[in-house]
Amino acid sequence: MEELITKLAEAWGPSGYEHHVRELIRAEVEPLADEVWVDPLGNLICRIGEGPVRVMVSAHMDEIGVVVSHIDRQGFARFANLGGVLPATLLGSRVRFENGVIAAVGVENQFSKRTTIPGLDGFFLDLPENSGVKPGDPGAFVAETVWYDGRVISKTLDNRLGCAVLVETLRRLREQGTPHTVFGVFTVQEEVGSRGAMTGAYGVEPHLGIAIDISPTGDVPKPSPTPVKLGAGPAIKARDTGHIVPGWIKDLMIQRAEEAGIPYQVDVMQIGTTDAATMQLVRAGIPSGAVGIPARNVHTRSETALLSDIQHTVDLLVVVLTGAIERP
Amino acid sequence: MILRELSEAIGVSSAEDEVRDLIYRHIRDYVEDARVDPLGNLIAVRRGTGAVDLRVMVAAHMDEVGMIVTGYDSDGSLRFRQVGGLDARILPGTRVLVGKDRIPGVIGWTPIHLNDSKDTVSIERLRIDIGVTSKDSAQSAVERGELVAFDSRFVELGATVRGKALDDRAGCASLIALIQGEPFPFDLYVAFTVQEELGLRGARVAAQGIAPDVAFVLESTACHDLPPEDPDEPDQTTITRLGAGPAITVADRSMVSDPRLVRHLAQTGDREGIPYQFRSAQHAGGTDAGAIHLTGGGVPSAVVANPCRYLHGPHSIMSVSDFENQSRLLRAALMALTPAVLERN
Amino acid sequence: MPLNLKEHLQQLSETPAPSGHEGPAREAIRAAWAPLVDAFEQNGLGSLIAVKRGDGPEPRRRIMLSAHMDEIGMIVSDICDGFIRTLPLGGIDYRVVLMQPVLVHGRKTLPGVFGAAPPHMSRARGKYPSHHDLWIDVGLPADEVAKLVRIGDLVTFDAPFVSLRGDRVAGKSLDNRASVAAVTVCLDELTRRSHAWDVLAVAAVQEEVNLGGAATAAYQLQPDLAIAIDTTFGAQHGVSDDESYSLGGGPTIGRGPNFHPGLFKALRDVAKEQEIKTEIEIIPGNSGTDAWAIQVSRAGVPTALIGIPIRNMHTPSEVLDLRDVSRAGRLMAAFIETLADDTLDRIGWRLPSQNGDPKGAEKDGAA
Repeated sequence: MEELITKLAEAWGPSGYEHHVRELIRAEVEPLADEVWVDPLGNLICRIGEGPVRVMVSAHMDEIGVVVSHIDRQGFARFANLGGVLPATLLGSRVRFENGVIAAVGVENQFSKRTTIPGLDGFFLDLPENSGVKPGDPGAFVAETVWYDGRVISKTLDNRLGCAVLVETLRRLREQGTPHTVFGVFTVQEEVGSRGAMTGAYGVEPHLGIAIDISPTGDVPKPSPTPVKLGAGPAIKARDTGHIVPGWIKDLMIQRAEEAGIPYQVDVMQIGTTDAATMQLVRAGIPSGAVGIPARNVHTRSETALLSDIQHTVDLLVVVLTGAIERP
Repeated sequence: MILRELSEAIGVSSAEDEVRDLIYRHIRDYVEDARVDPLGNLIAVRRGTGAVDLRVMVAAHMDEVGMIVTGYDSDGSLRFRQVGGLDARILPGTRVLVGKDRIPGVIGWTPIHLNDSKDTVSIERLRIDIGVTSKDSAQSAVERGELVAFDSRFVELGATVRGKALDDRAGCASLIALIQGEPFPFDLYVAFTVQEELGLRGARVAAQGIAPDVAFVLESTACHDLPPEDPDEPDQTTITRLGAGPAITVADRSMVSDPRLVRHLAQTGDREGIPYQFRSAQHAGGTDAGAIHLTGGGVPSAVVANPCRYLHGPHSIMSVSDFENQSRLLRAALMALTPAVLERN
Repeated sequence: MPLNLKEHLQQLSETPAPSGHEGPAREAIRAAWAPLVDAFEQNGLGSLIAVKRGDGPEPRRRIMLSAHMDEIGMIVSDICDGFIRTLPLGGIDYRVVLMQPVLVHGRKTLPGVFGAAPPHMSRARGKYPSHHDLWIDVGLPADEVAKLVRIGDLVTFDAPFVSLRGDRVAGKSLDNRASVAAVTVCLDELTRRSHAWDVLAVAAVQEEVNLGGAATAAYQLQPDLAIAIDTTFGAQHGVSDDESYSLGGGPTIGRGPNFHPGLFKALRDVAKEQEIKTEIEIIPGNSGTDAWAIQVSRAGVPTALIGIPIRNMHTPSEVLDLRDVSRAGRLMAAFIETLADDTLDRIGWRLPSQNGDPKGAEKDGAA
């Protein structure tokens, strides 16, 4: 899985411009799936199995990024955010555009106001002459993926880890078989409001939804409070900002984890949500759960996760999707 | 002149009747299946030649921002709140028209001689004066819940025009022009929407009724190309520039536009020699396309917008050439629209 | 058996059913509505849908009544040395929880209290602790708590229902169990009246979080008209007159962009004819209720809002006047009685007719 994760994490795909990532993933799932298609907003959907219960399992392909908004008086490019770009993470970052140009991010008053962090409008991109980059062009951050000691550090583990987990889960379902109809939906535009998941779920019409994403951990100094920790296994969601998981879904996941001896933790998240938030409200309602891969430094260029947590997340999804799913 | 009529018509969000009736009279001879839906949207079909198999929706919103009467003071003055996004600082001293009887009124302000507070005004402290002197007279003249619009005349200034509600009566005028022109290769589902200013409400419902394959929105958008303010402040975008052509949205708060449609619009402009610009994503508010693109299984959508200075106020300024190029650009883009544009490479 | 409103409301108020976990409320409401309706329908997110068929010929028009059954509550996010930390389910006002009694729904229901520093520690008094610094104490040693409580368990306020003087009562969750009770009153009234349209009574889930129950129920039911019932701000110290309504002054009828003007007028007229005391509530935009979601369902639903004034909203001691609850129920029943074949035509919008007469009915609104 390391190779797949590295390839996906380093791919270029800011919200609304996921086509490159989609092509990479499509090459992985096409050999495994009974059917593959792309829906109107660009979600990649594949189906494995045919059974009475339709389950949609989603992982978003997009990453946070920027879009050039204007060229300033001195010729530097100013930008707006695509998704939750934290100003504190920008200084020293690099942005790559679709045509391959790479620009460094600079900030006004770099030394005279160095103890305060401006808003996005205080930053700029240092583009070479004749770069071909113009207002309206989207860009994504640049970072190299590093593996050591069972850890991965990279940009965009949110949510290329989720994508890798979904690909791997689908691979195991192909091998083992599933009694259900499983739709693996690689969604667009989660970072700007879980938009792809909403329209994707409308098209797929599942009975149950499961979102795979990363779960920020609370095991660092002064975190956003959450009980989730690195190394304690996949985080089974109970509640986040946009989503309260129905008790029976959370309990089903816990039960399957305990039966199979898979470590897990329960995630009650203060800030942030997943594709499940919009999925659950589609049409007449789709009861939904979520599973998170624990990660630190989320939305920075050095997001960090453990291979063991990643593998246990696959294990958990496989036991849930190969076992009975019954609503009490 | 259609644009003058539309600008001066009164249609604050949720009470767009006068605007809807006016628009209907201009399009009735060109469309079929005209209807008003439960939100108040005006929806109709401009039949095409049948050459292309696509279900295409084009929308423009009828509503303007304004105010709503919420209560009466004992001296007859009216308490009110905003309907849609309004900067309270522009209100003192403004002329308004109150309610269905369009009673003229003014928004009062404590004279400078007696008030030197630098705190920005909040709308709860302002009052509308219609000339009555008691709560009873106010109650007889105006009901709580009636709407209040800016009172301002449309003026032609040469290269520009000035008036209220150019957001989005200019878009409505452009859509009327599209309807009154030659038919397109496909049936055009047109929606003159309500309550855009309150959260894209009408457009969502209109799209859910029409279920299009692709959608375009004709909007008016903010333009702040005045001389730069404080040189020590961060270099701000003007969002758009007056006279640089209709603005194509790449991304705003409500939508990342479909890149294929953005490319199609830009290529159309290049090919036909129609100027255009990209609307900056900083400070960019939402449009009806934000609602439309998320309906059903998803609808690839794009926006073509007129830059307007002083949006959401009684005296917006718009360039005549930008306005004319708005419908020219979209007409040319629609004429060249085929399913191939929406193919994925 | 005639409906005892106070007992019914007491039962609903004391049922613990926070957003996302409305099961106990659903069971209580189902039991109360079963003798009054013809059938129940399932919904994916858990809203309770009851159908009372009209006596008109098929196909019958449908009116949806939506009252959310969820209450604000909390969920266990952390356990440390036997003390319990929470995050909100819905809009909990953490400023009012200091020293409030709660119930922790673990393997057993445990009475607890939100701890706070004693007033003697003056440093603590100047500001409100964040919910991250608020701990629930169930009075048990840490190892016992670990056996009985887990992360993800639910917490609700422990607040018994109380009769005050006159027709006034106090309790938790009157937002929105009072509205559910009003729907019960309406359904009870309808057993004694005839109505042509089908009535779909919905006890919706998760209003306090995302209006999700009402949105998905409206999609499922495709009603022709809808009335949402929720609580509104009762007149009390600290709330402006424009935004609050006196207890005992009757339920409110919403006027504003969230409500269909024709439907608003029809409700107002019925209240006047039937001499049911009501007030008009002006709402300039998002009403913050299920009406906001229902109005934009599918191709649009003409929607109205009835509000029951309560004081101290979102605290464990909300206060209301029972007469406002029964008035709300009677208003809905009286309105439902008037629903006929031509109702949608009468309240809908019109396009100008051929001769330019703006009242001409060439195409109407609610087709």
